[in-house]
Amino acid sequence: MSSDARSAKHGQACGLPVETGATDAAGAAPVVSCGAPAESPVRIGRRNFFGKAAGGIGVIALGVLGDRLAGGVQPAAASTAATSSSSVTHQWAMVIDLRYCNGCKLCTTACQTAHYLHADQTWIDVFSMQSSTGKEYFMPRPCMMCEDPPCVPVCPVSANIRTDEGLILVDQKRCIGTRICMNCCPYQARYFNWEDPEPAPRQPFPQEPAWPVPQIKGTVGKCIACAAMLPSGKLPECIANCPMGVLYLGDLATDVAVNGLGNTVKLSTFLAENDAVKFKESYGTSPRVWYIPGHGQDIDADAAGS
Amino acid sequence: MIENRDHSVEPGDPAPAAGREQLRSAAMRPVLETPRWWWPTVAGLAAVVVVGVVAWAVQLADGLGAAGYSDKAFWAVYEADLVAFIGVSYGGAVVSAILRLTKASWRAPLTRIAEATALVTLPIGMLFIIPHLGSPQRIWELVWPPYWNLSSPILWDFFAVSTYLLATAVFFYLPLVPDLPIGEGRLESMSPGRRRLSHLVYRTLGSRWQGRPKDRRVLEGAIGLLAIMVIPMAVSVHSVLSFAFASSSRPGYLETIFPVYFVVAALYSGVALVVVAAAGARKLFHLEAFIHPRHFVRLGFILIAFGAAYLYLTFTEYLIDGYSGTTGPAAWVRQVIVGRYWIPFWFYFVAAGVLPLALMAIRRTRTTKGVVVASSLVLFAMWVKRLVIVVPPATSPLVRSPISASGVLAGNWGTYHFTWVPISITVAATAAIPLLLLVLFRFVPILPIAEMEEIESYEEEVAEAVELLAGAEGVTPRVQGPVIPPAMASAEVASPDDTADAARGGGEPPPPRAGGGTRRPLFGKLRPGWWA
Repeated sequence: MSSDARSAKHGQACGLPVETGATDAAGAAPVVSCGAPAESPVRIGRRNFFGKAAGGIGVIALGVLGDRLAGGVQPAAASTAATSSSSVTHQWAMVIDLRYCNGCKLCTTACQTAHYLHADQTWIDVFSMQSSTGKEYFMPRPCMMCEDPPCVPVCPVSANIRTDEGLILVDQKRCIGTRICMNCCPYQARYFNWEDPEPAPRQPFPQEPAWPVPQIKGTVGKCIACAAMLPSGKLPECIANCPMGVLYLGDLATDVAVNGLGNTVKLSTFLAENDAVKFKESYGTSPRVWYIPGHGQDIDADAAGS
Repeated sequence: MIENRDHSVEPGDPAPAAGREQLRSAAMRPVLETPRWWWPTVAGLAAVVVVGVVAWAVQLADGLGAAGYSDKAFWAVYEADLVAFIGVSYGGAVVSAILRLTKASWRAPLTRIAEATALVTLPIGMLFIIPHLGSPQRIWELVWPPYWNLSSPILWDFFAVSTYLLATAVFFYLPLVPDLPIGEGRLESMSPGRRRLSHLVYRTLGSRWQGRPKDRRVLEGAIGLLAIMVIPMAVSVHSVLSFAFASSSRPGYLETIFPVYFVVAALYSGVALVVVAAAGARKLFHLEAFIHPRHFVRLGFILIAFGAAYLYLTFTEYLIDGYSGTTGPAAWVRQVIVGRYWIPFWFYFVAAGVLPLALMAIRRTRTTKGVVVASSLVLFAMWVKRLVIVVPPATSPLVRSPISASGVLAGNWGTYHFTWVPISITVAATAAIPLLLLVLFRFVPILPIAEMEEIESYEEEVAEAVELLAGAEGVTPRVQGPVIPPAMASAEVASPDDTADAARGGGEPPPPRAGGGTRRPLFGKLRPGWWA
């Protein structure tokens, strides 16, 4: 019941303009690789769940104030709407084909190796689940890169970022470690640096939200879909290292998805033909990760229940 | 000075006659006299605080993992501490503001102590944000407007609590103003160094106070206004604090009952702290003539009223979440009641749910000692209850198999492990309360002298008026119910003790307080310990 209420509220505040960019996808550009430089990340402060939805008078007043101030301070956020359909070339998404996952967790280890993470920092985790027929299946869970992310508006210092390509990133040089975003993420996709990070050699990318390596102690880290690698046409580590071809990187703007085995599919057709679902859709977060069940898996049952 | 009048001492009255002089010297005793236990106690408490600071330094070096946190227990003891320590500051608001507004004159000897607990515990509670943060070196970002994200409940907390701190400080200061000249006149016995410092403090804070009737009216008005303002502020603080939890989809945090739940818990533990602080002050500074067993019993009734309300809220929350049977909330309730968190929950239930009610219900334990025991239990058990609120939802698994989740105890729950670091920091914060109170009462009178004298002289006037009228009519002095209207009282009786007022700078008796009548018969048998 409570989640219904929440999703209803989210529903009101929903409707990111970037979605339109996804629907007027212009035909079939071949592969995801693209040499265009990464757009600098844009802070989204205006997606203000409470300001728009909460009923309390004081809360509304404060929230509206927040809208104003956030809009005033971060004009780039407002311009996202205007630019998304025209100049933004990618809207990143992910497809996870549960039919082929064998639970080898190579995606997890590849991710941890690339980002120099501790063993318990499973930015992409693989959960062992049980289907309704009692059979075990495996469910990888990266960051859902929500279109209406609950984690972003709750940060007191605006350290959470939603880029105009649809990626949720953390500015670890600003994060003060309140962990309220970990509280709000329904997917438990956020991981704190409780101790010193693994030592990392010199990296090919600067230490910024798109490539937070090494991690910073006392801040929150999460799956970044290897944001710094995407502009140069490289697949994220988990996708590139999946031997089963379970994980696809998708682009809603070009309507293409590709997996680590080199299989390229038309995203919209692939999702429609395979009855793809989103995880905990009833939470109103609009994830950009689709799951393709195939063995009686009912991945949304938990969300419907809680 | 008021001398003890004949009618002022009742045979068999346990309370010693407390005249004006006695009141003033008792209120200033902690400032002027240094008991033998004072320095060792302060040093011991300070040592405990230092251990806490060292523990925090260790945590700073090693990371929050040193405090037992993990990704599956991301909020735990510091968040519970934050809620609990800000919560106990509510006693000041209740005892002082609510009882002031309801004209409960018996409150007077307790107000300074109650307001002091609020003034002391609120900053301590706020400081818990520092160990709570992963990167406290960047805490300045919270006060750096360009970084603000005003849609964040944490920022609302920050605003609400800082506003409340300001209001609490002013609310402590205003009733203190008329006491400052009185206190300053008594600093001669101090050592020269301390006297100079105290004179400076007293003069800076209260130099303009002359005690004219107009001054008193303005002050009275300001205090009354602030008493009204401080209540919604207090309510807002804990409501907003609860939003930080409730503004998520997490089962056990997403509760619409949370704001009320938090506010009532804060009031409950706040009254308990006032009881314990008043009992401690009474014992240590020999205030038995002013703070009576009856005070504790009355506070005890307020205490259990909040306690019962809190028990009720807990019941409704668990019943509805558990009854719904939905995976997340029901699993969480099961874990709390019969699962891995049953010990702390049932400890709360016994120590802060049932026992205080029982102690107040049984006549034999409805004593000072009984109320103090109940309050001490409440203080600790409500801290434990805050842990029960914070930890189980933070450790509950959000991604789990729908099938295995149908047996709601299944699932990959996280665990919070206490380490010495948060325990030391929590104990240090606890020790800081008496430490700061002891230091505070080295500088300010522990009893609100002016307020008590004002109420006392008014009630004496009323009594005398009644006596005069009764004498004139030759009626047996026996009055029940409402007392003589203040206007009549002041018209009939000239104030017999101008000296006392002269000492305060005013030549007139204090203005009668509208509606300030007491609820018990005053006639003829007025005891100077009216506040009992």
